[in-house]
Amino acid sequence: MNLVTFSGPPSSGKTSVILKTIDSLKQRGLSVGVAKFDCLYTDDDVIYGKAGVPVKKGISGSLCPDHYFVSNIEEVLQWGLDNGFDVLISESAGLCNRCSPYIKEVRAVCVIDNLSGVNTPKKIGPMLKSADIVVITKGDIVSQAEREVFAARVNMVNPSAVIMNINGLTGQGCYELSTIIYMEDEKLETLLGKKLRFPMPSALCSYCLGETRIGQDYQMGNVRKIDMEDKK
Amino acid sequence: MIRKEDIGCIKLCDLIDDYPFTVSFFEDNGIETGTAMNMTLKEIFDSYSVDETEDMVLDFDRVCENLAEFINQMLSFLSEDEKIHSITIHPGRDKSGNPEGFSDLKISRGEVISIVGPTGSGKSRLLGDIEWVAQADTPTGRRVMVNGEVPDAKWRFSTSTKLVAQLSQNMNFVMDLTVYEFIKLHAESRMVEDAENVITRIIEQGNELAGEKFTPETAITSLSGGQSRALMIADTAILSRSPIILIDEIENAGIDRKKALALLLTEEKIVLMATHDPILALMGDKRIVIKNGGIAGIIETTDEERSILVELEKLDRKILSYRTALRSGEILSEIK
Ligand SMILES: Nc1nc2c(ncn2[C@@H]2O[C@H](COP(=O)(O)OP(=O)(O)OP(=O)(O)O)[C@@H](O)[C@H]2O)c(=O)[nH]1
Ligand SMILES: Nc1ncnc2c1ncn2[C@@H]1O[C@H](COP(=O)(O)OP(=O)(O)OP(=O)(O)O)[C@@H](O)[C@H]1O
Ligand SMILES: [Mg+2]
Ligand SMILES: [Mg+2]
Repeated sequence: MNLVTFSGPPSSGKTSVILKTIDSLKQRGLSVGVAKFDCLYTDDDVIYGKAGVPVKKGISGSLCPDHYFVSNIEEVLQWGLDNGFDVLISESAGLCNRCSPYIKEVRAVCVIDNLSGVNTPKKIGPMLKSADIVVITKGDIVSQAEREVFAARVNMVNPSAVIMNINGLTGQGCYELSTIIYMEDEKLETLLGKKLRFPMPSALCSYCLGETRIGQDYQMGNVRKIDMEDKK
Repeated sequence: MIRKEDIGCIKLCDLIDDYPFTVSFFEDNGIETGTAMNMTLKEIFDSYSVDETEDMVLDFDRVCENLAEFINQMLSFLSEDEKIHSITIHPGRDKSGNPEGFSDLKISRGEVISIVGPTGSGKSRLLGDIEWVAQADTPTGRRVMVNGEVPDAKWRFSTSTKLVAQLSQNMNFVMDLTVYEFIKLHAESRMVEDAENVITRIIEQGNELAGEKFTPETAITSLSGGQSRALMIADTAILSRSPIILIDEIENAGIDRKKALALLLTEEKIVLMATHDPILALMGDKRIVIKNGGIAGIIETTDEERSILVELEKLDRKILSYRTALRSGEILSEIK
């Protein structure tokens, strides 16, 4: 089985692109399942269900969604193997721009849209910077010039990635994407022993543990302060 | 060519001297250059505390790899002298699996080809095949050659050397910039040399195409539909390095389509346009007829059709002038 992880900011077009890509994979006789990770709420499982795609959903609730992802991905992979999928796709929304649970040697796709503004690429962390493939959506609602500028900015922060413009509504580009995310000879059996591409933040302060009171006296653990000195 | 193994041991000031464009790379990747000019990347990363390393969000190896890749991309982009003269489409099959009804189709610079066919027949798929430089790896099984040869993979994957620029149907701007700032931003991302000249030319040409004039200080979001389209066509013609322009219908309103095509052609582009509009279809040198997913035929525009086009254009102008008159509250009288 192949595992492909999709991440991207909320509403960037992940589900749209994944669904259209699955159509192309199915046309080639491949069976595909999806695992959707989200924070508080998602309807995506219903959308996948309607399209006839087997789906598992995980809501992280009060936990950090990316930590939650890593803690569950092995079980999800086994679910995929049990179901005999050729390709298992995970979809997760990158919520804090800092994290990304990409795994070494597992293809990572970041979906980002043209509407998010030209400075967005440099604000997004490993989710964009360490992806193998960057999909840029919603090119249909901006000009050619904006598409070129945006793609150039993405290329600046991740020159090693394959960058593709895809229309999530019509699926233009999804067939092409499907040909580069599936490797026939790849047979993933387990993720045990594999590593994350980049460590999660080492944050652990009193507020992680449920503290609600504000003030220095209540701040313990890993605390960092803004530099309030005026620079001379 | 620069190797990722070497790049970590070069002082930033030397890197920037040799490759000035790396300034923006350091900036976008959050690497402070100001105080670190005399340091190498290795020294900079070694000097980071644990917190700072975490904030960098990339490790040393990955940054070296990215920087080397970026420099090599830019070098090949800047020295690019390879000219695209033509593309050639080799036939595949239609939706029922029958072979397409044409032998190889060669399209050269300066040619305008229109693509006609009913809704859902596969016009966009054909444009998609060209953009992806298909090698029998799309549903149609077509192959697209560049200058008569199997093309390099860079036409697929590189952002700086794209084969195709698209003028989309839906033409909005979303950035909050003036016309001048916007084109400047685009020019910078294309690394053009005489940016100011180019900007002036684009605004001039845009105004030629648009019904109503706009200035460099106009906010792009406040341009009318016609003005946006005009600016976008001028910008694509002059700034985009892509030799092929794909057009999914240029709408009629507020723009001189004939001049627009002429502008694209003086810039030596190959123009392909999918259209349902008879005027645009006949403006092409040839038209590709698509049926059931396949190219069913290629028709050269005949002399008779060209004289029909003249008639159609007259009609078009007539409709336009009636519309203008109606909009300004006049009562219509027959135009001869
Ligand atoms: N115009 C346009 N709209 C798009 C495109 N891709 C996606 N959309 C629309 O954007 C909205 C969000 O798309 P989704 O695919 O649900 O995005 P998502 O990233 O899966 O969202 P979450 O899973 O909720 O984070 C939907 O209304 C899509 O129809 C595109 O290329 N062009
Ligand atoms: N030769 C082919 N073999 C298999 N599928 C095809 C072929 N040609 C086109 N298709 C598929 O047919 C569908 C419709 O094609 P497409 O979107 O290109 O139509 P269109 O002519 O652009 O329609 P419209 O006028 O509505 O824009 C697409 O899903 C496309 O992938
Ligand atoms: Mg989704
Ligand atoms: Mg179409």
